[in-house]
Amino acid sequence: MTALLELSNVGMAFDTPTGRFEALKDVNLKIAAGEFVSLIGHSGCGKSTVLNIVAGLLRATDGGVILDRREVSEPGPERAVVFQNHSLLPWLTAFENVELAVRQVFRKQKSKKEMRDWVAHNLELVHMGHAMDKTPREISGGMKQRVGIARALAMQPRVLLMDEPFGALDALTRAHLQDSLMAIHAQLGTTVIMITHDVDEAVLLSDRIMMMSNGPSATIGEVLPVTLPRPRDRVALADDPGYHRCRQKVLRFLYEKQRKVTPLSGRQEPAPSCLTGTDAPPRGRG
Amino acid sequence: MVTMTLPDWLASCRDLMRGKAGPAQQQAVLRQLVWPLLGILLFLLLWHWAARNIQTSLGQFPGPATVWEQTQALYQEHREARQREVAFHERQEKYIETRLAQQPDWQPVRRDYTGAPTFFDQIGTSLITVMSGFLLASALAIPLGIVVGLSAGLHAAVNPLIQIFKPVSPLAWLPLVTMVVSAVYTSGDPWIAKSFLNSMFTVTLCCLWPTLLNTAVGVTSVSSDLINVSRVLRLNAFEHVRRIVLPSALPMMFTGLRLSLGVAWMVLIAAEMLAQNPGLGKFVWDEFQNGSSQSLGRIMVAVLVIGLIGFLLDRLMLALQRFLVWDKSAARR
Ligand SMILES: Nc1ncnc2c1ncn2[C@@H]1O[C@H](COP(=O)(O)OP(=O)(O)OP(=O)(O)O)[C@@H](O)[C@H]1O
Ligand SMILES: [Mg+2]
Repeated sequence: MTALLELSNVGMAFDTPTGRFEALKDVNLKIAAGEFVSLIGHSGCGKSTVLNIVAGLLRATDGGVILDRREVSEPGPERAVVFQNHSLLPWLTAFENVELAVRQVFRKQKSKKEMRDWVAHNLELVHMGHAMDKTPREISGGMKQRVGIARALAMQPRVLLMDEPFGALDALTRAHLQDSLMAIHAQLGTTVIMITHDVDEAVLLSDRIMMMSNGPSATIGEVLPVTLPRPRDRVALADDPGYHRCRQKVLRFLYEKQRKVTPLSGRQEPAPSCLTGTDAPPRGRG
Repeated sequence: MVTMTLPDWLASCRDLMRGKAGPAQQQAVLRQLVWPLLGILLFLLLWHWAARNIQTSLGQFPGPATVWEQTQALYQEHREARQREVAFHERQEKYIETRLAQQPDWQPVRRDYTGAPTFFDQIGTSLITVMSGFLLASALAIPLGIVVGLSAGLHAAVNPLIQIFKPVSPLAWLPLVTMVVSAVYTSGDPWIAKSFLNSMFTVTLCCLWPTLLNTAVGVTSVSSDLINVSRVLRLNAFEHVRRIVLPSALPMMFTGLRLSLGVAWMVLIAAEMLAQNPGLGKFVWDEFQNGSSQSLGRIMVAVLVIGLIGFLLDRLMLALQRFLVWDKSAARR
């Protein structure tokens, strides 16, 4: 298997007022085309940092990222990002938000009409066809996140990067979007890296779960392949012993091996936030 | 398509008259119509009472009635001046016609009418001056604000200068502006009056800062998420400014523009008074020097008109802001 995306010995150190802070050390990761990988770990361990390095929004201080045999040095639409808080331009409609991305990527390849059709197609894909002309403030949080996903998919990225895409949503909406995402992944075969705090979400969606150790000098502690057959059904899986074994392994990693003994100063995290399936308290992303 | 909507209070009045008004609308009429009218009425009464008790060397302080009289008198004078102007031109044309009949090779010389500007002429002059100064200031401040906001280094470099120049009174700029304009603008037959340029540049110098500062702040506070979106999409610098920065900064920019226009109007009146440049300020000053028994009444008319125009200018900016800015909540103040 040749990897589509490869992180080798990625390290990241931040210069802070109190000195150098080594957030990541020796992160190694190989992802095949079409794979769905999730990153899970305690808050502040460095998940967003890994994702931002892959996106090119941050430059690793050590090691490097290779996508399609080419080194990643800057952000680009072939590594589309779905941000945690949707990040839609509030002055544009859903359609225009996606259109901006499409125009930027397909300006030279598609005609105006083809581009419009492609925008509409992607909005239909996330079931937002009926609200294309609404602005972000006129639609709900879940709908905004759908538009954000449509925008990312419309770029036809080699890798889709998602930073806690459903973190800010209620449980029902989240389940809905997870199902949509699974369907889209099955249909398009997009390669996905998703950060999550939610153990159930990770097991349900992923082919592999990367469990990160706590920082500083965080790295990928364990990798859990999830071999449950697709398509997966959340209700059927509730009684599936294989599903529970996976869940158990992730929970054991998070709460036994990587238990947070001393919370980082100034950021007290209630440890069992992942257990309940609700999200950790919101905090600014790195 | 432009849709016309009634102002809230008018719509509420209409419903009230049709007997359709619920308690909420009655509240709205009360708040938006009845209370303001009561406030104005009370003010007029107080003013009337106070005016009767103030004696000045020019006679009694003008009350509302005097001011109303003077308003009508000023309007009358304006009409008469206009008639004189029309009459002057008619006479001139008639003269040219008769003279051409006698002497066909004569080159007619037409003269402009040179009567003293009326109160309404002065209003027009002031409005044109304030708008020119404001537009020039905006044309400088908005691009500068964007550039300064985009570059942290430039921001740090320019900020102290802005902070120092911002609080400078127009009266301090005026002599400098006057001297520079006379030195630089030396054509014998000036196409634009120097006095106009002096007022305009003074206005520009004073109302530059709120727009500049607010635009810069608006640009610096563009959400980092949107900047990341721009980076992922690889928008070039121009597209980045057009698609991300400008729309983000627009609400702040308009806050600055509104402040600037307010400053511009205040500064203009002061500058006109000090420099005797044509406009409402000069009208006030002339009446003050004139010192007739009507002067105080006329000055009071000018004061009210200045206030009213300032208010209308602000409303105008607000309407423009509502029309242009996506963030409607920012324009609701
Ligand atoms: N720009 C920065 N400067 C200094 N330190 C940073 C910076 N960005 C992140 N960090 C630190 O690096 C560590 C990892 O941050 P990161 O945001 O990647 O965590 P995370 O796993 O995404 O957390 P969460 O789940 O809460 O989003 C944290 O300790 C954070 O304080
Ligand atoms: Mg994060």
